[in-house]
Parts: sequence; C-alpha cells; structure tokens
Amino acid sequence: MSGRTITRAQLSERVYEEVGLSRNESAELLEMVLDEISTALSEGEAVKISSFGSFSVRQKGERIGRNPKTGEEVPILPRKVLVFRPSQLLKSQINDSAKNGSGQHH
Amino acid sequence: MTKSELIARLAERNPHLYQRDVERIVSCIFDEIAAALARGDRVELRGFGAFSVKHRDARTGRNPRTGEAVDVDEKAVPYFKTGKQLRELLNDGEAADAAE
Repeated sequence: MSGRTITRAQLSERVYEEVGLSRNESAELLEMVLDEISTALSEGEAVKISSFGSFSVRQKGERIGRNPKTGEEVPILPRKVLVFRPSQLLKSQINDSAKNGSGQHH
Repeated sequence: MTKSELIARLAERNPHLYQRDVERIVSCIFDEIAAALARGDRVELRGFGAFSVKHRDARTGRNPRTGEAVDVDEKAVPYFKTGKQLRELLNDGEAADAAE
C-alpha cells in the first residue's frame, strides 16, 4: 500500500499515454467525463458504470439536528445525497491486492 | 446513464474522435481509478469527489436466516465522498450550504 493521492493530473496523464491525444485534450476529456456524470446525477439520473460501480441520488427528509457547540436545535433541511455503490469486481480487486500485497493491517 | 450511454454522449460532443477512442478513454479513467484504489491510493477529483479505501476489522457476524455465528474476515471497501461542488449542484446550490 503506497497511500498516495491521485489527482486529475495523473489521470489525464494516463489518458494521454493510452490514446495519444494531446495532453490538453486528454485533460479536457477527463473533465467532460466528470461533467457528464455530474449533469446526469443532477437531473436525477442514476449512473451505472459496469465493472466499476453505480452512482445514485437519494432524497433525505428534514430532521432536527443540534449545533454541537451551542446545543441549539436546528432543522436540517431536506436534501439530496449521492450514494456510490462499488461493483462486486471493484470490491474484489481491492481485497485481492490487500491480501496479496504488503499485508498491512489498518 | 450506463457506461455505453456515457460514451455515446461524449462521442456526440467530440465528433472529431472515433467512438472507439472515446471508449478507450472512458475505460482508461475508470480502470486507473480502480488500480489506484487497489494499490491503496486515494483518488481526489476536486469538485467531483474523492475515492478512497476503508478498512473493516474482522468481526463475528450472523447468518440472518439461521442465526448461526460466522467469522467475517477483515476487509477493505471502496468509499466515495461527494465533492462540495457536486453536492451543491445536486441541491441547486442552496440546501447544501444551509446543512453545513
């Protein structure tokens, strides 16, 4: 387990190596992918990426919360939350490498 | 929207690309995120969200049908935390602020 953080830069570099578009266009394509997913979700559409996982939007009802500092009751407004459900394949990919790899615990 | 619909929408926005290349780009992105998580890395896409791996300790579970105790091994599970911008987009930029 290396524990690094991958960002847009490394992802678009991989796209650049894979397809042979310019670096600029690779970055743009990555942005478009995220943009299409975000737009679909904001329109209430679930997004299913086979062998990776699915994203869906869940509506949460209003509930009473509490300001932990003041103890004051505040209503938490009804809102939408995004839920990611990893595919079986992604789950097993992550567990196989955790077992065979560095054998880390926590 | 499925992966193939995503590819079709991207192909429409990029008429200069072969659909086959759009397919490779989309697969490459998700494969790379999966590979990073399998290495134990985090993937942070600011504004969209962050993928990470959480560890679950071994525990004794129960077969819900028989009530029998079963040992569940420790395991790693992928986790996604929605980014601020996307969270606001889902809530039209209002409720998300009020809820914090």
